[in-house]
Amino acid sequence: MFSRTGQRLSSVVLGLLSAPAAFADWELNMPKGVTEVSQSIYDLHMLIFWICVWIGVVVFGVMFYSIFAHRKSKGAKASQFHESLGLELLWTAVPTAILIAMAIPATSTLIEMYDTTDAQVDIKITGHQWKWQYDYLGEDVGFFSNMTTSQDEIYDRAPKGENYLLEVDKHVVVPTGQKIRFLITANDVIHAWWVPEIAVKKDAIPGYINESWALIPEGQEGLYRGQCAELCGVDHGFMPIVLEAVTAEQYEVWLVDQRAAAEAEAAAALGDYSHEELMTKGEEVYARSCAACHGAEGGGMGSVFPALAGSPIATGDMAAHIDIVLNGTPGTAMQAFAVQLSEVDLAAVITYERNAWGNDTGDTVTPKMILDAKQ
Amino acid sequence: MTTTTAHHDDHGHHGPAKGIMRWVLTTNHKDIGTMYLWFAFTMLFIGGTMALIIRTELFQPGMQLIEPEFFNQMTTMHGLIMVFGAIMPAFVGLANWMVPLMVGAPDMALPRMNNWSFWILPFAFGMLLMTLFTEAGAPNFGWTFYAPLSTTYAPSSVTFFIFGVHMMGISSIMGAINIIATILNLRAPGMTLMKMPLFVWTWLITAYLLIAVMPVLAGVVTMMLMDIHFGTSFFDAAGGGDPVLFQHVFWFFGHPEVYIMILPAFGIVSQIIPTFARKPLFGYASMVYATSSIAFLSFIVWAHHMFTVGLPLQTELFFMYATMLIAIPTGVKVFNWVSTMFRGSMTFETPMLFSLAFVVLFTIGGFSGLMLAIAPADFQYHDTYFVVAHFHYVLVPGALFGIIAGVYYWLPKWTGNYYNEKLGKFHFWMSFIGVNVTFFPMHFIGLAGMPRRIPDYALQFADFNAIATVGAFIFGLSQLVFLFLLIKTIRGGEKATDQVWEGAEGLEWTVPSPAPYHTFAEPPHVK
Repeated sequence: MFSRTGQRLSSVVLGLLSAPAAFADWELNMPKGVTEVSQSIYDLHMLIFWICVWIGVVVFGVMFYSIFAHRKSKGAKASQFHESLGLELLWTAVPTAILIAMAIPATSTLIEMYDTTDAQVDIKITGHQWKWQYDYLGEDVGFFSNMTTSQDEIYDRAPKGENYLLEVDKHVVVPTGQKIRFLITANDVIHAWWVPEIAVKKDAIPGYINESWALIPEGQEGLYRGQCAELCGVDHGFMPIVLEAVTAEQYEVWLVDQRAAAEAEAAAALGDYSHEELMTKGEEVYARSCAACHGAEGGGMGSVFPALAGSPIATGDMAAHIDIVLNGTPGTAMQAFAVQLSEVDLAAVITYERNAWGNDTGDTVTPKMILDAKQ
Repeated sequence: MTTTTAHHDDHGHHGPAKGIMRWVLTTNHKDIGTMYLWFAFTMLFIGGTMALIIRTELFQPGMQLIEPEFFNQMTTMHGLIMVFGAIMPAFVGLANWMVPLMVGAPDMALPRMNNWSFWILPFAFGMLLMTLFTEAGAPNFGWTFYAPLSTTYAPSSVTFFIFGVHMMGISSIMGAINIIATILNLRAPGMTLMKMPLFVWTWLITAYLLIAVMPVLAGVVTMMLMDIHFGTSFFDAAGGGDPVLFQHVFWFFGHPEVYIMILPAFGIVSQIIPTFARKPLFGYASMVYATSSIAFLSFIVWAHHMFTVGLPLQTELFFMYATMLIAIPTGVKVFNWVSTMFRGSMTFETPMLFSLAFVVLFTIGGFSGLMLAIAPADFQYHDTYFVVAHFHYVLVPGALFGIIAGVYYWLPKWTGNYYNEKLGKFHFWMSFIGVNVTFFPMHFIGLAGMPRRIPDYALQFADFNAIATVGAFIFGLSQLVFLFLLIKTIRGGEKATDQVWEGAEGLEWTVPSPAPYHTFAEPPHVK
C-alpha cells in the first residue's frame, strides 16, 4: 500500500518534471565552444571552479564538524582561545599562493584574446535597437539581421519553434580555418555581441570600435547562436545572433551570391509594381521591421511608440511620411530605415502603412519615388 | 512604539510625545532606528513584489503577464528599491539603534540631523515609485542606468529618478556623518577603538565609504541631468562625449557601494557567532584589518564590472589582479568565523541559524565572485544569470540574512519580549530553502548562456527558470511569517532578561530589556 502510494507520487513528480523537459536539456555548464580561446576559457572556468569547491569542502567541513561536535547540547565546553598569529599568516599566505597560480594562466589567455592581429576576414558589427548590422569590410557585402520569431509565438498564440528567439533572417556567415576580426560598434545605445560557442562577447558602444576575434577550426562548420548581452531597451531580449560557419570555399561562393543579390535588388527598384503587390510585400516587411514597436495592428505601444493607424503622418503628406521612414527622428527610437531596407521594401511598407488598418489613403508609393527621395 | 515605558530611567519625565508627532519630530536614536527598520521592511515588500512579478513572467517562455517595457521597469525599480530602500536603510536603522548602545553613548551625536536624514527617505522613494503611475512609466534602464539608454533614450521620468537619487544620497551622507561623529566622539570612557564591538567597527568603515562615494553618485546623475536638459554631451558620443565615462564614474561609486551593503552584515554576524558559540571572536584585530583592507581595495577594482567594454589589456590585467586580491581579506574573515565556532559550545537559536547560513551562502557568493574576477572567464559570465546568481547570493543570504539575524538577535532588547523560537526557526528554514531554490539554478542557466534582463528566453532555459520562480514564491511568502512574528513579539511574549542571551557580551546587554527611552545618561566605564 505504501509502495503503491509511493509509485503514484513518483509518477506525478516525474510527470511534472517531464512536461517542461519535453523541450529542454538541463544544461548545467558553460559550453566548451569550438575555438581554442573558448576551450582555454572553459579550462580556466573549470580550474577556478574546482579550486573553489575544494576550499569550500575544507572550510565548510571544519564548520560542520564544529556544528556537529561542539554543541552545547552534547555537553561541549567552550574553550577561550581567540588568537593565533601563525594561523592568520597561514590563511593569508595559502590563498595568495593559490591566486598567483590562478593569475598566470588567466593572464596568458587574456593576452591571447587581445591579439587581433593578422586577421583574414574583417567584419564590422553595428548594434541597433534591436537588430544587428554586418559589413564585410573590403568585400562590398553588408546587411541587417532581424529576429524572425513571430509575435504570435512570443504571445503564445502559436507553438514555439525549436530555435525560439534565437533565429534571424540573415545569418552572419564566416569561413572556418581563417582568423576573423570583429569590429564592434553601435548606432544608438550600448549593446553587446555575444556568441558563447566562440567565447566572443564585446560591448557595442556608440563612438567606439571594439575589437575581438575568433578562429573556428576546419571541421567545425555549423550554426552558432547568441544574443545581445547588454540591456538596450524594450526589445533587448529580441535581437539574437546566428553565426554560420562554412568552409572557405563555400564562403567565397556566398560572398559572390551576396553581391549578385544586392545588384538584383538595386535593379528591382527600377521595376514596376502594382498596388496589390506592394501591399502584400509591405505587410511582410512591416511585421519584420516595424511591428515590434508600432504594434502588429499599427496601434503603437505605450507613450514612446506612437500608433500608425489613423496617425497624421501615415494619413497626411506622403513626402513627410517617406522622409521619416528613410531618415528616422533623431533623439527617438525611430531609426533611419534608408540603409536597412531596399527601395522595394521601403516603398512596399510605406504603401502598406498608408492603406492598412483604416488608413485608406489609396496612395501607392513606388520604389522610384524612394530612389528620388534618397537623392 | 515599543519603548514607551521609561520608568527605569531618571529622565523618564520627558519621554516621548504622544501620537504621530512623536515620530515626525523625534530626535531619539531608538525611535529613528525603529522608523528606518520599518521603512526598510516596507521597501523589502514592495521590491519583493516586483521581484515576484519578474519571476512570474519568467516562469515559462513567452510573454504572459506583462509587456517587455513594464518588465524593464520592474527590474530597474526592483534593483533601486532593494539597494537604496531596503538594504541600506535597514543597516542605518540597526546602526541608529545599536551603535549608541554598544559604545555607551546617550544618543547619536547629531540627533536633529538624524531626524532629517530619515524623513528625506519616504519622499525620495515616494517620488521614485510615483513614476510608475505616470504616462511615460518608471525608469526602465536597469538599476545601473547606463548612458545613453538612461539619457538620450530615457523616458521622461528619468528626471524624477535623478532627483530621487540626490535625496537618497543626501540622506545617506548625513546618516554616515552622524555615525562617524557618534563613534569617534561619544564612546564611553575606557572604550578604545580596538575595544569597540565589530559591528561598530564595520559601520565606522562603511560610513567612510558612504561619504567617499555618494557624492560620486550625485556627480554622475548630475552629469546625466545636464545631458538631458541642458545640452551638454558628457555621455553622448555624437556630441564628443563618452558613454564609457559613465560606467567608470558609476562603478567608482558602485563597487564601494557593494561593500557598503555587506560590511555591516559582517559586523552583525561577528557579534552573533561568538554569543552562540560562547567563545570570544577569533582574530578580532585581524577582522578589523581585513575589513579595512576590503574597504581600501573596493576603490581600485571598479572596472571588473566593465571587462567587456574594451579596456586596454594592461587595464584589464590590473583590475583582474586587484579584484582577486579581495579574496584574501574576505577569506580571513570566513576563516575567523569558522575558528570562532571551533571548540565552542554552540546553540542554534534563530539569529545563529541565519548567521551560519550567512557564512555558508555568502561564501558561495564569494566563490562565484572569485570566478567572475578571472577576466577571460568573465567574457562568458558577464551579463548572464551567473552574475545575477552571484550578486543575489551575496545580497540576499548575505546582506539580508545578516540584517534578519541582527533583528532576531536584538529584538528582545528592543521589545522586552522573546520572539517565538519555533516560528523563528520555521521562518529560517523556509527562507533558507526558498533562497537556494531561487538563486542556485541561476548559476546553471547563466553558464548555459541566458543573458540577464530579458523578459523572455529560449526554450532550453525553461526548466531552471520554472524552479527559480517556485523558489521565489517560497522565499517571498516566508517573509510574511517574519512580519507576523515581529508583530507578535512587539505585542507580547515571554519577558526577556537584560542579558537576553546566555553568551552575550557588550554594553547593550547591560541596559534593561526593553531598552528605556533614554540610556547611558551617565556614561558607563569600560575596563
